[in-house]
Amino acid sequence: MDRSNPVTKILRGLALLAIGLFFLFPLFWVALMSFQTNEQILRIPPSIVFEPTLSNYWALISGRLVSTAGVLEIKFMGNLWNSVFLSTTSVALALILGVPAAYAFARFRFRLSEDIAFTLLSFRFAPPLLVLLPLSLYFQDIGLTDTYVGLIWVYQLIALPLILWIVRGYFEDISPDIEHAYRIDGHSWWKTFTKIALPLARPGIAAAALLSFIFCWNNFIFALILASAGKQPVTVGALAFVTASGIQYGQIAAAVILSILPTLLLALYAQRYLVEGLSLGAVKG
Amino acid sequence: MAATTATQPTASPRKSRLGPALLPYLLSLPALLVCIGIIIPFFTAVWYSLQRYNLNLPYLRGFVWFQQYIDLFSDPSFWHTVQVSLLYTALTVILELLLGLGIALLLRRPSTLHNIMSIALLLPLMVAPAIASLMWKLMTHPDFGILSWLIQQVGITNFRWAAAPSSALFTVLLVDIWVYTPFMMILLLAGLRGLPKQPFEAAELDGVPASFVFFRITLPMLTPYIITAALFRMLDSIQQFDIIYAMTQGGPGDTLMVFQVMAYLDFFQNFNVGRSAAVLMVLWAIAYLLSNVFIKHWLRLRERARGAA
Repeated sequence: MDRSNPVTKILRGLALLAIGLFFLFPLFWVALMSFQTNEQILRIPPSIVFEPTLSNYWALISGRLVSTAGVLEIKFMGNLWNSVFLSTTSVALALILGVPAAYAFARFRFRLSEDIAFTLLSFRFAPPLLVLLPLSLYFQDIGLTDTYVGLIWVYQLIALPLILWIVRGYFEDISPDIEHAYRIDGHSWWKTFTKIALPLARPGIAAAALLSFIFCWNNFIFALILASAGKQPVTVGALAFVTASGIQYGQIAAAVILSILPTLLLALYAQRYLVEGLSLGAVKG
Repeated sequence: MAATTATQPTASPRKSRLGPALLPYLLSLPALLVCIGIIIPFFTAVWYSLQRYNLNLPYLRGFVWFQQYIDLFSDPSFWHTVQVSLLYTALTVILELLLGLGIALLLRRPSTLHNIMSIALLLPLMVAPAIASLMWKLMTHPDFGILSWLIQQVGITNFRWAAAPSSALFTVLLVDIWVYTPFMMILLLAGLRGLPKQPFEAAELDGVPASFVFFRITLPMLTPYIITAALFRMLDSIQQFDIIYAMTQGGPGDTLMVFQVMAYLDFFQNFNVGRSAAVLMVLWAIAYLLSNVFIKHWLRLRERARGAA
């Protein structure tokens, strides 16, 4: 392919350019909008030369949206905090629950083990509303509607299957011989698990945790149904914010940027793990 | 179980490996318990789907066997939903597959530029679909959207993107393709780079034309990856909610009324719990069949990747 003629080379270059434009331009453009005033945004023709302003971000951070119509209180930073809190605790809980289970499925052939593992996996593929709609009625009865506990519990539907299956694959790739030797030396099962198995599976656990954090962060439907304004993460909050703020386009753009920045940075920082997790175990890095 | 004695070394490796027979159950029990709470609503949904149950008319609630399903199957709006969902799934999966495969082939040879590109293309996949919809709404806004402006420059006026029935599907497809094509690309790129080198080297030595190499060597060897990726995306796409809800709420009218949006509106706007549950059960049946096929292909692919490593 290297000996290809200049025409193919130019075509390949153009194709790459078009792909780069299509996938990166929206991010670039919305980022630009977030530094513009409404007047600059509404200017025709649109221009990439403008005096950047931080006022949109400032309005979001201070929680006060000043416009000609008056002052509007917004709780966008609260939504952002909810996302951080919900995603972090959900992944932490899923790790505590999921890693030992993944170890059990990888190391022991016990009765029903495959059935249980597949049942947990099948959650990932069931329509979320099928569970959420009845759950919303139950949550009203038992007082879990609009609570962090209820949401974190339901977020396990996202995080747990991922962690269980990715980490299980990792444990299966590690030869059990080292663990056997360590146990024969007289160490307890628990010590073998924490001192030998866990450190060896660390890359897999990192990949699974990263991936489930991103999926929890990006989830929309769970909180849409089970949480009201005070507990909503940014995905739902940003949509509500659009309705509330109306024509404050610069602030909407800034809200978009603030809500995607954490996952984008995380992805860039740990992209190797991410690719490994995303390729469904079809690649071993 | 933490207290293992020093007399253990004489035990056979098999026994020491198993530990207490209850250990695996103890390890997986917490995860299981958390999920049982979530299985119960599933059975509740089955139960609801066999009832006449409207939150507005609680006194009419009653068990009606399969009447909900019979009503649903004789309702043209349900078949419209089936049609829209299948069309949406087919279009997203096919377009994302073709585009993802194209990009993977372009980026196949590892080089600095290609690696930077493949990392940059991860970014849209990291954006929450609901937020991505918001971004595209900003870009297609009739007053200031950059895309609305661009399309006017090439002479197309009055193109209303998601607001018009004729272009709503196109607009929503764009968002879906923007978000999910990178997923196809990653999986197919991993597949391409993992293929054995010999057949390609031999073909190059023999001067075999590129199209022959692609259709006779690359494509057949890549098929397991293509099938797995396509099935995975099908499963997600048939259940698409976030993008469609955030862009148009299933509209304009019922243009984009897919399964989950229909069930959502039945529940929260019409308070018709029974019908909403029946719609979801139909979707669940489709997803269940697909997921079984997917899991089979996925496990086989994983075994292959392991064997090759």
